[in-house]
Amino acid sequence: MAVLPIKFTKTKRDRLAQVLWVLNWISVVTGIILFILGIFLKVEINKRQDLMAERQLQSVPNMLIAVGLIACMINFLGGKICYDCVDTNKFLRWKLVMLPYIICTFFFTLSVLVGALMCYSMHGQLEEALTVGLRDAMRYYKDTDTPGRCFLKRTVDLLQIQFQCCGNKGYRDWFQIQWVSNRYLDMSQREVVDRLRSNVEGKYLMDGVPFSCCNVNSPRPCIQYQITNNSAHFNYDYQTEELNLWMRGCHQALLDYYTNIMHSIGLTVLIIWLFELSVLTGVRYLQTSLENVLRQGDPECESDGWLLENSFVETARSNFNIIKHLGKFNQISSNGDPNIDKPSTAHYGPDNVPLKPLPTAS
Amino acid sequence: MVVGKMKLTFQKRVKLAQYLWMLSWFATLGGAVTFTLGCFLKTELRRRGEVMDNTDIHCVPNTLMIVGLASMGINYFASRICQDALDPGRFPRWKTFLKPFFGCSVFFTTLMLISVILSYAMKGSLETSLKIGLKNGIRFYKDTDTPGRCFQKQTIDRLQMEFQCCGNSNYRDWFEVQWISNRYLDFSSKEVKDRIKSNVDGRYLIDGVPFSCCNPSSPRPCIQYRITNNTAHYNYEHQTEELNLFIRGCREALVYYYMGLMNTIGAVVLSVFLLQCSVLASVRLLQTSMEAVAGQENVEVDSEGYLLEKGVKETFMEYVDPVLKLLWMNQVTPPEAKAEAGAS
Repeated sequence: MAVLPIKFTKTKRDRLAQVLWVLNWISVVTGIILFILGIFLKVEINKRQDLMAERQLQSVPNMLIAVGLIACMINFLGGKICYDCVDTNKFLRWKLVMLPYIICTFFFTLSVLVGALMCYSMHGQLEEALTVGLRDAMRYYKDTDTPGRCFLKRTVDLLQIQFQCCGNKGYRDWFQIQWVSNRYLDMSQREVVDRLRSNVEGKYLMDGVPFSCCNVNSPRPCIQYQITNNSAHFNYDYQTEELNLWMRGCHQALLDYYTNIMHSIGLTVLIIWLFELSVLTGVRYLQTSLENVLRQGDPECESDGWLLENSFVETARSNFNIIKHLGKFNQISSNGDPNIDKPSTAHYGPDNVPLKPLPTAS
Repeated sequence: MVVGKMKLTFQKRVKLAQYLWMLSWFATLGGAVTFTLGCFLKTELRRRGEVMDNTDIHCVPNTLMIVGLASMGINYFASRICQDALDPGRFPRWKTFLKPFFGCSVFFTTLMLISVILSYAMKGSLETSLKIGLKNGIRFYKDTDTPGRCFQKQTIDRLQMEFQCCGNSNYRDWFEVQWISNRYLDFSSKEVKDRIKSNVDGRYLIDGVPFSCCNPSSPRPCIQYRITNNTAHYNYEHQTEELNLFIRGCREALVYYYMGLMNTIGAVVLSVFLLQCSVLASVRLLQTSMEAVAGQENVEVDSEGYLLEKGVKETFMEYVDPVLKLLWMNQVTPPEAKAEAGAS
């Protein structure tokens, strides 16, 4: 009993082949879209590489790029096959290739689904990479003379300006690290020496933030030093002041940004996966209906197309048996070999008595 | 005296019509590109409209948009004309249309050339407009509580950060303006009172700049107050320090940006102009060569085509005379002519 059989007349078959040809070309375009999305994601992650610790973040864009390229090739081949399927003679060329092609494409669509799900699962790894990366970037902010870290200050400043954020979780993160390099501290001044001594590790900590934390929308000139000291500034109360600095932490800002990108890409890939699946179903129907035409012999007749010839369970059982027997090629099966344990039919002379072994001369 | 005479065989006419058809579609695309570039330039100018004093510079994108639309129309008709040109039955219906068509086309093509020249010539006007606009922006920076000027601070801050510039000509422009509002000055403090008294207009002037002048590429934390005081900061000399603040003035930065934009657009429009000229010349040649064989039995003979029947000056007068007559008709005729007409 076939799964979801549909009857196809000759005109229906031809129209199906033509529609599938167009759909396969559209799928080539969607494959290119997948490729471009993968490259876009790769570029976005590389842009902020300095702020992310080493994690397996490159696997998702690489997967998308590979899947996009393979989709292009598979659908290009599919388009060619469907184009030839209108003519029964040309179909004979592709007859043997079609079933393996459909099986390959089915497994490929599974990988597209995996790619889409990976986009959503990257969230956890991203969060971890950002936490560690941002913390280190802020710690090395002052090291503009250390090779390998010279541009971290610029990167963090531009990040805070562009994403309108300050610090890791908030602006208070800057109070806990020394972000002013010792090169610019006057060690002969009493105030500096006091601050250094009051701290266990000898760090110069202050309640100030870099200029990139300043909020552009503030009505007053930016207050970036002595932030928690209300009396240092006229008409200022730091607990109620919200417009002076950026309130959001850069961790949250970056996470939101990348999560948005990942969700959009994931949704697009899911839609592409559904499209590919429908094209695959169409190709399967076309293949089965054309094979039935060949079986019946008359190219103009009606034929049935289906997804599976027998029911799902039976097909699974027969495939399983095939796979089981594939493994037994090298074994000698006693049931199968006709030459073992059969009584001999040789003629040993008129008595039909087998020869006895001759006694040896002593 | 005929200008641009050329002998055209039948085969040449056919080939000319075919190439012209394709060329006119490319020229239509060129016209669409010109229109898009005009829109883009207008949008960019309006984005920074708050730091510009007048809108004189907007004549360039406006002209580009008009010329783009006109060019699309001209080239569309050119393609229709050349489609009908080889068919002696359909060509005569274009006869009355052709003279005004050529007049308009030449006018709009010259306008295209003028717009390119304008984009280079308006540099001075743009610079003056920016100078005044930025001066006002810096002056009203502190007025975040005055309606109509609340967003000047935001505009100037964003401008300085985006274009990596500080002040009008350089950062010293901020020293001459009070950019801290009186709302945030403690008038009971001696230092504030001294500063205000030392100034003729009673303004609070400091040698400091807003935070948006700070250069992120600087290796040290930004020094934005007491910039000219070397002793106020450790290991600092303001005359040799180049990375602390943005050195460039915002006027120079904006002029550079807009001139770059207009140079690119000018180059593209110039190539569209050349394309359009060739289309018009080809249509003219095709038209005149087809008119030479009009009415004849055998259309496949050789014919001569030309660009202008008379000289340039005479053709120009021929076109301008009807327009002038239209203008003179509304005027009162002079009394001597009336008396003469009356006498005769």
